[in-house]
Amino acid sequence: MLINFAGILFDGIAYGSLLFLIGIGLSVTMGLMNFINLGHGAFAMLGGYVCVATMTRLGLPFLAALPIAFIVTALAGVILERALYQRLYQASHLEQVLFSIGLTFMAIAAATYFWGPSQQPVQLPEFLRGQVRVVGLDLGAYRLFLVALVIVITLALGWLVAHTRFGAQVRAAVDNQQAAAGMGIHVNRIFALTFALGSGLAGLGGALGIDVLGLDPTFPVKYMVYFLLVVSVGGAGSMKGTLVAALILGVFDVAGKYYVPEVGAFVIYALMVLLLILFPAGLYGRRV
Amino acid sequence: MTVAAAAPPPQAALHRLPDGRWHRIEICFWLLPPAAFFLLPGYLVLGSQILIVALFALSLDLILGYAGIASLGHAAFFGIGAYTAGLLAVHGWGEPLSGLLLAGALAAVAGYLVSFLVVRGEDLARLMVTLGIGLLLYEAANKAAFITGGVDGLSGVTMWKLLGVFPFDLGGKVAYVYSLAVLFLLFLLMRRLVNSPFGLSLRGLREGGKRMPAIGAPVRSRQVLIFAIAAGVAGIAGGLLAQTTQFVGLEVLGFPRSAELLIMLVLGGAGRLYGALIGAALFMVAQEVLSGLNPVYWQFWIGLLLVVVVLFARGGIMGAAEVLCMRLWRKGT
Repeated sequence: MLINFAGILFDGIAYGSLLFLIGIGLSVTMGLMNFINLGHGAFAMLGGYVCVATMTRLGLPFLAALPIAFIVTALAGVILERALYQRLYQASHLEQVLFSIGLTFMAIAAATYFWGPSQQPVQLPEFLRGQVRVVGLDLGAYRLFLVALVIVITLALGWLVAHTRFGAQVRAAVDNQQAAAGMGIHVNRIFALTFALGSGLAGLGGALGIDVLGLDPTFPVKYMVYFLLVVSVGGAGSMKGTLVAALILGVFDVAGKYYVPEVGAFVIYALMVLLLILFPAGLYGRRV
Repeated sequence: MTVAAAAPPPQAALHRLPDGRWHRIEICFWLLPPAAFFLLPGYLVLGSQILIVALFALSLDLILGYAGIASLGHAAFFGIGAYTAGLLAVHGWGEPLSGLLLAGALAAVAGYLVSFLVVRGEDLARLMVTLGIGLLLYEAANKAAFITGGVDGLSGVTMWKLLGVFPFDLGGKVAYVYSLAVLFLLFLLMRRLVNSPFGLSLRGLREGGKRMPAIGAPVRSRQVLIFAIAAGVAGIAGGLLAQTTQFVGLEVLGFPRSAELLIMLVLGGAGRLYGALIGAALFMVAQEVLSGLNPVYWQFWIGLLLVVVVLFARGGIMGAAEVLCMRLWRKGT
């Protein structure tokens, strides 16, 4: 029973770390640019498809496909940001929501056109398959890899935000955009770079998540709620909040599906509404 | 008396307080649906769908266009109405009008309860809470298959004769007239509502939420009231769909329905009542034509349309028409 519970906890953490990886970009766009991007899942989907395409068409190994997924999605992000998103930073939230729903619909249609409506398989390398025994627990090797990778990325992100000039500029722009611009920070350039980084991470998350979340054209809509949930519960613009919310969500979702499968996704949605009512600005929200 | 007072500036003339008088264009507009009944007898099933969705879009216009409360889960109330009317008929009470009233009443009560969660937050929290409630209800209906039929839908809805005289026919004549009558009646009520002092105060809330309390308007209670009313109208639309199609599918509660509704409203132009009607009609006709070709391409085009409307044509079709009229009017003087 206890071992079983530990296994579920671990699966939940692996799931939550994926949600964090994808959700962090959304959190930054919401916190930094005050932009509600419902199309964020589309970037994750793009990353997944890029990963699959480089592996099947170019014959590259999985680990080499991951950075390519990151780079391609980051590029797509920066192009879309400069061409379209930045026009709507001043628009109302509703317009942003509609615009990003439109982009998502187009992405879904395009994915169906190019790859068909079925689930995409991913060929994991040999050493990531099967189980690993850690202190009496059988853990999935891939999930272990996933958690380790996300820990590394999180530490790197934390260092980037806390100790680099770029990080300081991002924090300044999140706190007060006008004052930051007044101090000579190129806020637009910061926006574009963070958007690229955020969509790149989402793409990486999508590529890593093929084995856990699956990959088909409905991906952006299917998981949209989860990403939004992570951000709105964690508090937009807060890395710590996003991490905590992603882990809570991951564990609750996996546990809910395991222990009370007949209730299904109900647990998550109820949790979402409850948390939003209790903490309208998120667990670690900056804005009141 | 100065000259200026004798000839008021154009802005003042266009933005005068609403009066209840009917414009000639409005009367012509309302002649179209009866005309379609006689001229396009082969399309009455699609026609009644359009009328029902138009009613649904009107209900969203009340909260979004007038009160400025964005919702991503308005289908929840549509679904409550649809299941109420459908379940009533399945369990032996197939009288249409009372079923419709009950559908509206239940949805309004649900809307009243939910509204307290919705109005307290800001834009983002509102979008999330309405989205969450919509998804919650969808999951609930999905899991409660012993009541709702789950993914298979609720079949076996048998309606009695409308008013005890007219049986619902396969060609959809009675359904069309029934839907049109309900739509027109509720439109009259809503038109009266939005032009009343209550409706004006809603617009005040939309334009300047901080100033309204300063002039003594009870912000929260107004928002709660309009939310409940809009939910009730959505419930009636849902009930109409259940009664006229004699089937309730799980997708009445789905997120796509809420999203499409927003698209229609934005396409037509929010905050004008007629925008909702025109947007719904155009959307449904386009869907019928384009998704007949290929459902996947349809989704692409609707996405593109949405992006274009948001980027270049804020205010939708009605907004564009208004700008055009304004220009013509200025040229005329």
